[in-house]
Amino acid sequence: MTIEAVNKYLSNSPRTTLLRFATAGSVDDGKSTLIGRLLLDTKNIFEDTLSSLESDSKKTGQPIDLAFLTDGLLAEREQKITIDVAYRYFTSPKRKFILADNPGHEQYTRNMATGASTVDAALLLIDASREITAQTRRHAFVLSLMGIKHILVVINKMDAVEYSEESYNRFVFEVKALAQRMSISDLQFVPVSALCGDNIVERSQKMPWYTGPTVLSYLENIYIEGDRNLVDFRFPVQRVSVDKTQKRSLQGQVVSGVVKKGDTLVVLPGEQEVVVKNIFLYQTEFNHAFSGQSVSLSLDRDVDVSRGSLLVHKHNLPHQVDEVEAMIVWLDPKALDLKKSYIFKNAHQEIKGQVTALRYKVNIDTLHKQETDQFSINDIGRITFQAQKTICIDYYRKNKRTGSFILIDPETYKTMAAGMVVDRVPLKSEAVSSNIFVKSGKTFWLTGLSGSGKSSISDQAIGLLKDHGHPFVALDGDHVRNGLCKDLGFSNIDRFENIRRVAEVAKLFNEAGQNVLATFVSPTKDIRDMARSIISSEKFKEIFVDAPVAICEKRDVKGLYKKARRGEVKEFTGISAPFELPLKPDLHLKTDTNDLPASVEQLVNYIITELKGSTKD
Amino acid sequence: MQDYQLSYLQELEAESLFILREVASTFKNPVLLYSVGKDSSVLLHLCKKAFYPDPIPFPLLHVDTGYKFQEMYEFRDRLQREGFNIQVFHSPSALNSKASPDQLGTEKCCGILKTQALLAALKSGEYDAAIGGARRDEEKSRAKERVYSFRDVYGQWDPKNQKPELWQHYNGHLLKGESIRAFPLSNWTELDVWTYIEQEGIPVVPLYFAQKRKVLRKGSLLIPEEGLLQEEQKAQTEEVLCRYRTLGCSPCTGAIASNAQTVKEIIDELFLEQKSERSTRVIDHDRQGSMEIKKREGYF
Repeated sequence: MTIEAVNKYLSNSPRTTLLRFATAGSVDDGKSTLIGRLLLDTKNIFEDTLSSLESDSKKTGQPIDLAFLTDGLLAEREQKITIDVAYRYFTSPKRKFILADNPGHEQYTRNMATGASTVDAALLLIDASREITAQTRRHAFVLSLMGIKHILVVINKMDAVEYSEESYNRFVFEVKALAQRMSISDLQFVPVSALCGDNIVERSQKMPWYTGPTVLSYLENIYIEGDRNLVDFRFPVQRVSVDKTQKRSLQGQVVSGVVKKGDTLVVLPGEQEVVVKNIFLYQTEFNHAFSGQSVSLSLDRDVDVSRGSLLVHKHNLPHQVDEVEAMIVWLDPKALDLKKSYIFKNAHQEIKGQVTALRYKVNIDTLHKQETDQFSINDIGRITFQAQKTICIDYYRKNKRTGSFILIDPETYKTMAAGMVVDRVPLKSEAVSSNIFVKSGKTFWLTGLSGSGKSSISDQAIGLLKDHGHPFVALDGDHVRNGLCKDLGFSNIDRFENIRRVAEVAKLFNEAGQNVLATFVSPTKDIRDMARSIISSEKFKEIFVDAPVAICEKRDVKGLYKKARRGEVKEFTGISAPFELPLKPDLHLKTDTNDLPASVEQLVNYIITELKGSTKD
Repeated sequence: MQDYQLSYLQELEAESLFILREVASTFKNPVLLYSVGKDSSVLLHLCKKAFYPDPIPFPLLHVDTGYKFQEMYEFRDRLQREGFNIQVFHSPSALNSKASPDQLGTEKCCGILKTQALLAALKSGEYDAAIGGARRDEEKSRAKERVYSFRDVYGQWDPKNQKPELWQHYNGHLLKGESIRAFPLSNWTELDVWTYIEQEGIPVVPLYFAQKRKVLRKGSLLIPEEGLLQEEQKAQTEEVLCRYRTLGCSPCTGAIASNAQTVKEIIDELFLEQKSERSTRVIDHDRQGSMEIKKREGYF
């Protein structure tokens, strides 16, 4: 078998998961070329497609134009622009991908919103040979507004700036500054040349200074399972079926949460309580159903349920309101009309109502809020919508399916706007970047060889930090191995799972406002990147506790090195398994040259400065 | 450990079921366009699952050009006997005009037998939503389709001005005379379709499996004897072990040399495949953008 065949075979396993991602960026930043390159280098293009591409490219005089792979409409090929979202399907041995290639022109922002509404991650392209454009800012803002948690900023055309690290760093700095004013939880960067294939699938030889993942490896490893809402059970009823014995069942998709047989549910609107008798699909019965599954539910009694009803758990209700505060993107050439009624359509309801207030419009260039008396095409801002009946909604940041809606013109039936429900807070304290939560904590992640001094430093630092008024939670390798992760061994998969759980716990602490000091060998870049992507890059600080293996082995506090040398411990980091050095840690502690108190002091000072910095936000 | 995680195929299935249920409960008079091929077989199976214990709540419609393979007619008729409500539509104007690809050329022939016939069929049944098995992965203009693809009063598609389609809030409101084509399999690939057929044991037309068949070699295309319109061509056929990757009208659908005799073997073959799925469909290659032009006029 060829490599392509083996890859396809691997990707077709029943365990394979799907990643839906979008591309965004200004026109001419090379988006279509990037995608063409991604498809070409992952061997996802058929021979005959490639040869028709060659014949098309001949007409433009270019050797081969990868952009033609995605620009499928005649008008797009003629004008060499992307008008509407094109969907592409490709595989790597690790994952299946659905890619929504979004148009870059401002006039097609509505198509871009369409493409961005169903994805888990996005690639944001920037042309390294130009300045960041208004359109790039617009796209970054739309992506953050639509709640896309993982964004990879792809700095393209590095070949045009001689693969300069300095240029790359300048863009990283600028985008980070921009992103601080939006809410993007996981922001990463990669320098590429889509044209030449640098860092797309193959690691570039021309940028040895860049040590992060390639675009493909980022996409393969990005951890999205934690983004799902498995807490709030929501089941919009799509259809009710009645069998020969008059038994009714409710057909729909679990849009979030988990439901089990025997659960007590509430039917909304109304407050009738019911018990789940059966969960099934066709002839298969389930004990439970979870977010994403399309199933049928039968209940213990006949109650008033129809299309439009929402089933939820008794103690976890959505908001039932007749007034909604929302961020909207206006999609239609016809401007918003305050005197007109619109159909509000969300996951399960269609209700008429009116926009009663235009709170503000966001100026895309400055990200400032502006007072406004009108919304026209591509405008983004906040409104209040008054419905004629009670609507059940969640906040968009908690639930994309029940927290989003569209507005439909009741005369033309056009889709006028896309809306995202925001928390109701007084206008004054509310910021565009929705800084409305409890001030969250941070995770300081100590990585390094066994014996490098991680735990000793952490123990002392925690005491000192407490004295400074910063209580910390300590998460330590030995500690979690005795409890939380007792069921795990030391295989590669188990090591990843170990760190995944720890990172999820750290994330929970951070969300509750707690700071965390984590001490784990975490030997590879992949494993640390996973932790970072779970905790989110702005809350995760990497601290490299650095001492040469020889010194660690001499210390050998736990006698592990001796065991490893004797072969009693397999794959021991530093002896029989590699430790990939963190190349750009946020803090570097050299414990071979500095003594313990000096390292502790260095760490404590760093943490205090970091925590101070974040109170200013 | 319970991870509450759907595999890619379960996720695709769940999405398709959601779309089918939406269409069934929001349109007045939906219809499933049944073309007898593998994608139609998958659609039919998904419909059974989506609505169970109800029967499929809309009719199936086969727009017949009269040029389909004999085995396709047999397969369709068997389903009809099993109780599926399949309506067959022959365009009266198509029958009168005696259209054939060698006389009219493929573009005109498709225009009359498929596009015009489809539009006439939808009109005669007053269907406001036609569910089809088209996939975005098949062809580059299909890659641009929404799940709900709007058609104007003339059944035409305006690719430069499609309705925004956000989250899964499909806007199915129509003005008088407008209609939609709904594509529940939008996000499936050819390999996904076969993997699902294998997993669920879905019956498909035997033409998909390799057999010795009489064909005429024409470049890399293998033209079936059934589709040959001239007697002297029939004399030049030879027996080749081959199968069909997609099914259309016999004069315009080529076979591929293959020894895949089971679904499992087809899947294995696809891992090695170097050519795109519709490379054997003559009608896709009339000229640049030929599928888009057909679609704008009302074709699937």
